[in-house]
Amino acid sequence: MAASGIGVSVRRVEDFRFLTGRGNYTDDINRPNQLHAHILRSPHAHAKIKKIDASKALKGPGVAAVFTGADIEKDQIGGLPCGWLVTDRNGQPMVEPPHPVLVADRTRHVGDQVAVVIAETRAQARDAAELVKIDYDEQVATVGLADATKKGAPLVWDQAPGNICYDWALGDSAVVDAAFKTAAKVAKVDIVNNRLIPNAMEPRAAIGDYDLAKGNYNLYTTSQNPHVIRLLMSAYVLKVSEHKVRVYSPDVGGGFGSKIYHYAEEAIVCWASRKLGRPVKWTADRSESFMSDAHGRDHLTKAEIALDAGGKFLAMRVVTVANMGAYLSTFAPCIPTYLYALLLAGTYTTPAIFCEVKAIFTHTVPVDAYRGAGRPEATYVVERLVDEAARVTGLDVAEIRRRNFIPRDAFPYQTPVVVQYDSGDYQSTLEIALKTADYSGFAARRAESAKRGKLRGLGLSTYIEACGIAPSAVVGSVGARAGLYESGLVRVHPTGSVTILTGSHSHGQGHETTFAQLAAERLGVDFDKIEVVHGDTDKIPFGMGTYGSRSLAVGGSALVKAMDKIIAKGKKIAAHLLEAAEADIEFKDGTFSIAGTDKKKTLAEISGAAYVPHNYPINELEPGLEEQAFYDPTNFTFPGGCHVAEIEIDRDTGVVQLVSFVAVDDVGRVINPMIVEGQVHGGVAQGMGQALLEGCVYDQKTGQLVTGSYMDYTMPRASDLPTLKVSTHNTLCTHNPLGVKGVGEVGAIGSPAAIMNAVHNAVAPFGVTHVEMPATPERVWRALQSAPKAAE
Amino acid sequence: MPTVAMMVNGKKVSADVEPRTLLVHYLRENLGLTGTHVGCDTSQCGACVVDIDGASVKSCTQLAVQCEGAHVTTIEGLAQGETLHPMQEAFRENHALQCGFCTPGMVMSAIDLVKRNKSPSEREIREWLEGNLCRCTGYHNIVKAIAAAAQTMRG
Ligand code: FES
Ligand code: FES
Repeated sequence: MAASGIGVSVRRVEDFRFLTGRGNYTDDINRPNQLHAHILRSPHAHAKIKKIDASKALKGPGVAAVFTGADIEKDQIGGLPCGWLVTDRNGQPMVEPPHPVLVADRTRHVGDQVAVVIAETRAQARDAAELVKIDYDEQVATVGLADATKKGAPLVWDQAPGNICYDWALGDSAVVDAAFKTAAKVAKVDIVNNRLIPNAMEPRAAIGDYDLAKGNYNLYTTSQNPHVIRLLMSAYVLKVSEHKVRVYSPDVGGGFGSKIYHYAEEAIVCWASRKLGRPVKWTADRSESFMSDAHGRDHLTKAEIALDAGGKFLAMRVVTVANMGAYLSTFAPCIPTYLYALLLAGTYTTPAIFCEVKAIFTHTVPVDAYRGAGRPEATYVVERLVDEAARVTGLDVAEIRRRNFIPRDAFPYQTPVVVQYDSGDYQSTLEIALKTADYSGFAARRAESAKRGKLRGLGLSTYIEACGIAPSAVVGSVGARAGLYESGLVRVHPTGSVTILTGSHSHGQGHETTFAQLAAERLGVDFDKIEVVHGDTDKIPFGMGTYGSRSLAVGGSALVKAMDKIIAKGKKIAAHLLEAAEADIEFKDGTFSIAGTDKKKTLAEISGAAYVPHNYPINELEPGLEEQAFYDPTNFTFPGGCHVAEIEIDRDTGVVQLVSFVAVDDVGRVINPMIVEGQVHGGVAQGMGQALLEGCVYDQKTGQLVTGSYMDYTMPRASDLPTLKVSTHNTLCTHNPLGVKGVGEVGAIGSPAAIMNAVHNAVAPFGVTHVEMPATPERVWRALQSAPKAAE
Repeated sequence: MPTVAMMVNGKKVSADVEPRTLLVHYLRENLGLTGTHVGCDTSQCGACVVDIDGASVKSCTQLAVQCEGAHVTTIEGLAQGETLHPMQEAFRENHALQCGFCTPGMVMSAIDLVKRNKSPSEREIREWLEGNLCRCTGYHNIVKAIAAAAQTMRG
């Protein structure tokens, strides 16, 4: 038990099936008699659809149907709903345009769904798609964020003048203005948070299988939250009763946010399956993923920070323009507001903060949460500002942070941007990271690199994040159209083995292992007698799924609640069997005993009695041993940490190589250290990708997606990364029963800023003060070529 | 439709296939060997790597008909019942997989590396994995696992 309980690096139970090719991903599933769908997508960023002629395609071999937006309208299929309503600074609701599953009259981004061709085989569906004639009237598109609000820019939606979805603000601008007037120094940044394409390695897929006999829809889909998909699809899109819909998300090959949202294809395959009386399967090509998975980030930000003579932060002002793309994806509006501005205090005592955010429509793919979602953007603003503040004050980058950290004894700490942090120890985290990274030896390493003709830089990021989202009442008060609790069900079988059903969903995080460890620890059951079930709305209680690093903090807490109910009921049964008062029964390591005696019953004996209630307090207690719980958190959790990056720049080519990376993170209580480290590794690789390699590029005139494949979009490869030095310095979360904070996103949140600060540090001797992210070879080379001065 | 015959995981198989059928689709759809994955359409992700006649090959870049008479090993052909191949074992031991989607290709590719280079350095491992993308692990533990497996396989 202890051997596989909390704090042990138990090897993962999911690995055997994945390593032997026996995983069960959506595209591995085939339904008897299934048809295959191919989606016809708009080749234009903005066009009117004049005419669609499918007559030739319908005669193609194996073709069962071609459906268009007109068919969708005829069947009154609803649009994809948005799950978050942001209210602007004047109290007005955001502009919320329709989001049809197949567009009928106008396309609004390259990749917009226009028609679906359904045939016996995938190849036949594709062949027939070539025969569908679509007459487009191409229109001028609004592509770049900078131009979208300019006068005369083509409107994505007539109801959104200036292409503005909302104009939102947080904080007291008068207080901030007053603080800036008293400032001894002001530091400013003008930065781009580059648009990213999530690229989970498994492309999205969906199978709709309508069961005519029962009148039920079955959807197999690559989702991080099957219940959310069931709710949105049944209530808003198909408009059918929720109990007639089963959504099943089997093994899912990575999500990183991109598989949270309800996508058109899910509804299309279900609707088409009913129309055609056969299952319909769709699997994305990678090129389709590039132009139809929701993208991430894409902010333009101007920010400034006011400092007193001692380098203390007095106030911060942030103005951000955030891209929504052409439609509002499920959670898009909350990302650049509530998951962004609320984090602008960072780990510092900055007393006054004002933030304005304009969300903008453009003729591009919708933008929504991608690993970190809002918080990497906030961290990038804050941590670049802090380094800039160090530059203008002449303070060391570590020292300016020390002077401004929220002290360890100041928790709970109320920030000026709504949230209250529960725990943290930022300075110790920084000192450990500096030691691990040998900060004091950096000058020597820089000199050594210089001998080899390389420019070396070191960068820090002492970041914070808010995760474990979130208290339902709080998010509801700021526009969420959902609760954010989690469900858990614990079923003790008659012989004492345990099945756990969780509303969280694992798509790489290893819940089947971690959650079993929780149960092994709490119930004292052998690890291999515990099975974790997730991803099937017919089996598990209504759950909100996995994103925002919430599974353990919220889903794990729900399981603890359910297990505590099991233990409480077990005590009653034990009291009866042992003929003792309930108050005298203790539960420890899987055994109920009368305190101070050796009279005891194992959990298996108790569950045996519960299911075979011959000798049982049947008048007071129901038989069986199964408990369910919903847990709604009382606050966010606040992981934080310090990342230290060292990079080398090749002066001739501008190539930046990450040569060393240290992460010391505070993730709260750790259940499985091996899994925690793995999460950080993966997050850091994605953060490195954002800092140095990845960037979604649209042709600014035509709106064509230039980075539409792995030939053009640079994914991090093994050779781009060094061995990572990852450790934790944890303070416990004070408001959930496990003390856990969450780890899924920390790597992607802290690292871009650390790496970009390292790049700036490396080029600083040349007088270069700004390199845009991602710091590609071309950008770095150009910056060095036009540098104001030669390095001294 | 042409007929193609080959050995897959030690078993003789043959089928009539459309000439344009890719090996990966033949494996997944005709043979039901869904352990070999498709992660891209430009031959870059490596999720589809299998062993053909002793070399690791991206099965999305081969037509099934090109493999007439070939010996193909997929991820399903590595373990003996419940006993994993040392490379699979090292991946499990070192937490070299998260979502598992890149894993079959990674393992097949890594086995080929160790066949060619019995003690690859960290740099050599990282360079070798150029054709295999993983979005989950940051490669850290994959590199560790391959080094550990190489050691085990050297004996
Ligand atoms: S499927 Fe991506 S390389 Fe073969
Ligand atoms: S483990 Fe998920 S892509 Fe490698």
